Amino acid sequence: MNEPPGFPSRRSFLKASAATVAFSGIAATAQAQTAEPPPPLEDYEPEYFTAEEWAFILAATARLIPSDGEGPGAIEARVPVFIDRQMVGDYGSADDWYMEGPHDAAADPLLGWQSPLPPAQVYREGIAAFDAWCESEHGGIFTELAPDAQDAALTSLQKGDVGLQPEIRDFFTILLQNTKEGYFADPMYGGNHGMQSWVYIGFPGARASFREWAGRHDTPYPLGPVSISGERA
Amino acid sequence: MAREEKKKDVVIVGLGWTGSIIGMELAQEGLEIVALERGEDRETVPDFKYPNMIDELRYGVRVKLMQPPALQTLTVRRSAAETALPYRVLGSFLPGRGVGGAGTHWNGLNWRPMPEEMGLRSYVTENWGEEIIPDDMLLGDYPVTYDELEPFFDRFERVAGISGQAGNINGRIVAGGNPFEGWRSRDYPMPPMPPTYDSTKFADAAQAMGYHPFPAPAGIASTAYVNEYGMQMGPCNFCGFCERFGCYQYSKSSPQTAILDALKRKPNFSYRTHAEVLRVELAEDGKTATGVTYYDESAQEEVFQPADIVVLASYQLNNVHLMLLSGIGQPYDPATGEGVTGKSYAYQMNGGISMFFKEDIFNPFVGHGSNGQVIDDFAINQIDFGAEGFIGGSYWRSGTFNGQPIRSMSLPAGTPSWGPDWKAAIKEWYGHAMSIGSHGSHMAYKTNHLDLDPTYRDRHGRPLMRMTFNWNPNDLRMNQFMKSKMEPLAESMTPDVMQSGFKDIGAQYDVRPYQTTHNTGGHIMSESPAEGVVNRYSQVWGQHNIFATGAGNFVQNTQYNPTGLVGGLAYWTADAIRSQYLSNPRPLV
Ligand SMILES: Cc1cc2nc3c(=O)[nH]c(=O)nc-3n(C[C@H](O)[C@H](O)[C@H](O)COP(=O)(O)OP(=O)(O)OC[C@H]3O[C@@H](n4cnc5c(N)ncnc54)[C@H](O)[C@@H]3O)c2cc1C
Repeated sequence: MNEPPGFPSRRSFLKASAATVAFSGIAATAQAQTAEPPPPLEDYEPEYFTAEEWAFILAATARLIPSDGEGPGAIEARVPVFIDRQMVGDYGSADDWYMEGPHDAAADPLLGWQSPLPPAQVYREGIAAFDAWCESEHGGIFTELAPDAQDAALTSLQKGDVGLQPEIRDFFTILLQNTKEGYFADPMYGGNHGMQSWVYIGFPGARASFREWAGRHDTPYPLGPVSISGERA
Repeated sequence: MAREEKKKDVVIVGLGWTGSIIGMELAQEGLEIVALERGEDRETVPDFKYPNMIDELRYGVRVKLMQPPALQTLTVRRSAAETALPYRVLGSFLPGRGVGGAGTHWNGLNWRPMPEEMGLRSYVTENWGEEIIPDDMLLGDYPVTYDELEPFFDRFERVAGISGQAGNINGRIVAGGNPFEGWRSRDYPMPPMPPTYDSTKFADAAQAMGYHPFPAPAGIASTAYVNEYGMQMGPCNFCGFCERFGCYQYSKSSPQTAILDALKRKPNFSYRTHAEVLRVELAEDGKTATGVTYYDESAQEEVFQPADIVVLASYQLNNVHLMLLSGIGQPYDPATGEGVTGKSYAYQMNGGISMFFKEDIFNPFVGHGSNGQVIDDFAINQIDFGAEGFIGGSYWRSGTFNGQPIRSMSLPAGTPSWGPDWKAAIKEWYGHAMSIGSHGSHMAYKTNHLDLDPTYRDRHGRPLMRMTFNWNPNDLRMNQFMKSKMEPLAESMTPDVMQSGFKDIGAQYDVRPYQTTHNTGGHIMSESPAEGVVNRYSQVWGQHNIFATGAGNFVQNTQYNPTGLVGGLAYWTADAIRSQYLSNPRPLV
């Protein structure tokens, strides 16, 4: 893979994100009693994505929810793992959706999903098309770009300026949506690692028992979250 | 060749709210009844058990309790000039599936219509004259009055187990309730739920402006409760997982908590799941139904179920689809105005304001689907339609109902949707936002209707139903009126940031964001067979042994959530079958 001078390589990106994981792991343990440090995402074997696609997912979600500042980023929350698992589940293959033709993928967006492609396929074709655009507009595929250029490229993608085929025009929408899902969903789906995202905003997860709190007005809720499988943070 | 089952007295299509009500009431007559439900069986334990149910992704986002479009859907277009395209992914509305139907995962907001709404055409013409009714509006009176239905609204509220505060008992206005509601013969079976902070804040501001706040009537148990069928409910713990979820602790009104366990014990009642009814079979002369044909998912074959009475209780959209496929009623033609099946499809017109308070702590996860305080000061019977230039009204409500962060992360407009500023904003604002919603009426029009799609087919090879629907100026004007009244109230609360979300004049229907599952009309009640599919008892005009329940009966939608009227009408229909039809099967009108 050619790496233009001055741009961080994929390897250095992965190293950087692994470092952030370790760093924020300390911050997180103060609140969340995560037993073990998270296995590095580098060691994760994607079930759906190819190595190149996986590198894209790591890089893109790291821009959508960055690691800097307070709270976990997509990488610490292990959002990429969530997205990968969703791709091999019924969401990725659109099992619940009506996918019969004929398709009019270019229809008015208000009429909803009209692509013949299920989400997993939209990711596959979307990443390839977007990388090709990044190459011609920014001089390198997405993972090779500097963070500012990555943000600019994602902004173009969101605005519809990348000229994607109608079949994959919802690529950014589902990427962003799935990123937020992975950030906030119960940890059993692979994201929201250690419930850090819930701790960060103050959502108590599956506690689900607040009767006396209806009458406690304008008072902060003191307990940290629990997950469906019984983790506490 | 379809397998043929043993004949029953009654076959019920769909086992949601109305199918359960009809099943229970007719089972009390000793009739042999079978209910056919296309989805799976669902019981509080184990299907809704804690903590598995507290899963936003699975149920809130991937909507796993709903009808998968792969199995059944429809097509949508905004006007006859467009080609309708399939509703491929659930968004705008979420039809239910499985035993309990949408009554399993509803919010529990339980309203009666206003008396004026039941006779809306008369109310409008008597007060302002025919001229104010837009040419394309199919404004009608229900062929049954509020006074006639009152005992049946009461019955449904007692069976379902509703918590609330009466405002008008037999004409006497009761402090703390809704002073604008129709009379009720007695109070709700349970006292109201305690209010959360946001709703108290809203109620105080509304009171200060001279409005009349009261607690929202909730299909959510505030105390321990046992209904007439011996079904027990336990008090709600404000877990914040109502809409789209089954209730794991017997607190939310549903067919499961109110009817089904008692019904399943009746020896003369049986039900079959994974049994999708494909069509109603008519006798040779077309004047009665002989039964229904369904697809038995396990045996992978079609089955004919003969019965003396057929009850279509499969939800508004599915009822209309089955009628169109079975030749029940003449399909409606918007060009000529002739025909009735699919006519007067209507929806709901909502808007609202979000408010952000840096210093206030709302704990949005403390809530339930029907939480909050309400005002009805802009209700249908409170607005001068002639002066304002629209027909309609809405109720306003404020109350936390879920703090689930994927679905309910309210951020000030202008916040980037990703990146560092988004990340900072979710921390800054989660728990510091509240909202007021306007839940408004929606009228029926000549253009909005349902028929069969010429192109797309379902997995059985049947044409999908086609929805032609767009917003009409009258209802958008109503919504803009609400905006103009709500903004000063919201401003009086001095939020740090506030933003309105009302549809603008000219707004097009968007199938993507969830709006409501308050789809109405399509087999409306009517005074004559030329106007609608069913008569005042929800009995099909052309085939007297077919009855149809649900919001398909609505002449136009009310300003409220539909189920109080849906449930009341189901009891009214059950009563007509029990007291008039069984002894002498015939057209009741
Ligand atoms: C998310 C959500 C929130 C809601 N919140 C509220 C609220 O707060 N207040 C309110 O008043 N209303 C609310 N509603 C609406 C309320 O759920 C409905 O008004 C009510 O459930 C309608 O009852 P029903 O008996 O007509 O249909 P349903 O309860 O939908 O039952 C119909 C049943 O028929 C079955 N069926 C359909 N087709 C077939 C077929 N061909 N063969 C066999 N079976 C079939 C379905 O699987 C389903 O189980 C909400 C709905 C949803 C989806």
